[in-house]
Amino acid sequence: MKPDLLRCKRKGFRLFAEALFTLSGTVTTVVILLIILFLFKEGAGLFRSNEVEKGYSLCVHASSPVERLSPAQIKQIFDYETEWIPFRLEDLFDRYSEEELGKDYALLPGKLGEEITKEPKLVAFVPTQYVPTGLPTVRVLPGSRIGWLRFFGGKEWMPTATPAPLFGVLPLLLGTLWVSLFAILIALPLGLGATVYLSELAGEKMRRLLKPAIELLAGIPSVVYGFFGLVVLVPFLQRTGGLPVGETALAGSLILAIMALPTIITVAEDAMRNTPKALREASLALGATRWQTIYRVVFPASVSGISAAIVLGIGRAVGETMAVLMVTGNAAVMPSSLLEPVRTIPATIAAELGEAPAGGAHYQALFMLGCILFLITLLISTAAEIISGKSFYNKKGI
Amino acid sequence: MIEAKNIDFYYGDFHALKNISMKMEAHTVTAFIGPSGCGKSTFLRLFNRMNDLIDATRLTGECRIDGADIYHKSVDVDELRKKVGMVFQKPNPFPKSVFENVAYGLRVGGMTDKNRIRQRVEAALTGAALWDEVKDKLKKSAFELSGGQQQRLCIARALAISPAILLMDEPASALDPVSTSKIEDLIHVLKKEYTLVIVTHNMQQAARVSDKTGFFMLGELVEFSDTKKMFLNPEKEETQNYLTGRFG
Ligand SMILES: Nc1ncnc2c1ncn2[C@@H]1O[C@H](COP(=O)(O)OP(=O)(O)OP(=O)(O)O)[C@@H](O)[C@H]1O
Ligand SMILES: [Mg+2]
Repeated sequence: MKPDLLRCKRKGFRLFAEALFTLSGTVTTVVILLIILFLFKEGAGLFRSNEVEKGYSLCVHASSPVERLSPAQIKQIFDYETEWIPFRLEDLFDRYSEEELGKDYALLPGKLGEEITKEPKLVAFVPTQYVPTGLPTVRVLPGSRIGWLRFFGGKEWMPTATPAPLFGVLPLLLGTLWVSLFAILIALPLGLGATVYLSELAGEKMRRLLKPAIELLAGIPSVVYGFFGLVVLVPFLQRTGGLPVGETALAGSLILAIMALPTIITVAEDAMRNTPKALREASLALGATRWQTIYRVVFPASVSGISAAIVLGIGRAVGETMAVLMVTGNAAVMPSSLLEPVRTIPATIAAELGEAPAGGAHYQALFMLGCILFLITLLISTAAEIISGKSFYNKKGI
Repeated sequence: MIEAKNIDFYYGDFHALKNISMKMEAHTVTAFIGPSGCGKSTFLRLFNRMNDLIDATRLTGECRIDGADIYHKSVDVDELRKKVGMVFQKPNPFPKSVFENVAYGLRVGGMTDKNRIRQRVEAALTGAALWDEVKDKLKKSAFELSGGQQQRLCIARALAISPAILLMDEPASALDPVSTSKIEDLIHVLKKEYTLVIVTHNMQQAARVSDKTGFFMLGELVEFSDTKKMFLNPEKEETQNYLTGRFG
């Protein structure tokens, strides 16, 4: 082959390869962006939904002082916790036969109107199409949209309550943070201890054995950890703690700690071992003991890597779904102690998405939860990025 | 006085030092020369037991400082290293300030009195002929110093804890001629107070600074004698060849 032909071929190949890499990079980026976009689009729909279930309205007597009801108030009324009398379509069917309601329920709105007129304390929850029109005694309550404040400040998560579901995200958010916080508090000392042992104390043989074993642990599917938690940890906690249920925040934290450990240890150990040998030798040659060298030289020099390890561990804990779902008991209540069931955001999404009708408020609320989770993990990984980029050695150029 | 007797040293199966015996008097400068890989650093690192850090090494023979066997079971290695300081080939200051670099050895040695630390740091920096250059930059990072200054900082750091012996492994090999001559001048001064052992690849440097010179080859000490004698009139043919550059 002639040399310039060969060069031509090489150039063609290079262009082809470049195009291929650019394409795959672009495709990946676009797909990820689209997913995020989808997440936020679906989630934002929540704030355009009405608080009352779609297709339904609340009607009251025209003289009733009731103006606007919050979902919590509606729930109270329909739980018979107020002087107001809740009224549903079923109640109408109890009082009237099918004939009386007419063909295709044509007479239903009229009968409903009569009921409301008779009882001024009635709050009726009916499909909007059956709302009696033209009656001076009946007033339809204005529906309001689900507000940001109600969502982010709400303390109750009851997504399937009727007539108005409660989408208070606080218990889930705090549940997530609570479980993750204690997971990290448990994992940190253990992880750092193991890191120091592996990088400074263990002999070469021991490290060759342990490091891959620990890395292997990071690859075990979370459902296996969850299973272990369910059959070993949960009964153990229940027995030793004398608890009514073993599925608690503590169980979740422990499982998460176990799951975060391999990440923390591997990353932190790499950071510590990457401390230049020259620095260790300098310290030891000045008569510093091994411990003095570790905490005066090795720790400061690898602090960015160690912090990154911790942050990555937190990230793992916050986003973890399956294992937590299995061991925390899934009660969407504000966490108050470690020994009670809680529920985290990922667990909520996993547990409820299947039963939430697509496009409904519940479905949108779950997407909004996804957005929150996304933002939290984004925050965490950005933090990790910043911290690990701040390495002394990068800055000072050695 | 440093005394090595019938030293054999192995990295795993590799026989790095072969039956080496040598005596170094107090307040003298001894230079080790020889081709790369002949074991100079290995031999030097025996005297502050730096080789202990390497896995799977084996040592036989006797290594005495002022008559005491430094490899005896009862020896506290950290204490030994306070008496036998070391300066490395590449300047390796800590990622700390100039001041903290010099104070490091004092602090790990348990000194807490600020005034005393300041005095000792100043004395050490003066001893390393660096004080005038850094007295206004004590709080600056050590990495802001030039390579030559960093190396003198490392010498100051070693001097701060008042060792009796200073081991230097090619202390000037990473430096420019001006910094090199500063370090050489320093060696002349330090000799009065310390016993110095220096590894060097620079024959002229060995001739300029040392009282005695050891020539190593392939793990063996080929010749060890007064520097003047070795450079003017070496006993062995290998030494002659190496010194005149007709080696290999
Ligand atoms: N940590 C180690 N593990 C195994 N072998 C080693 C180790 N350090 C040095 N050696 C070997 O021991 C021999 C002597 O090494 P040493 O570093 O003492 O040589 P040197 O004379 O200082 O060389 P240079 O002038 O290049 O610094 C070399 O062959 C080297 O390959
Ligand atoms: Mg060497």
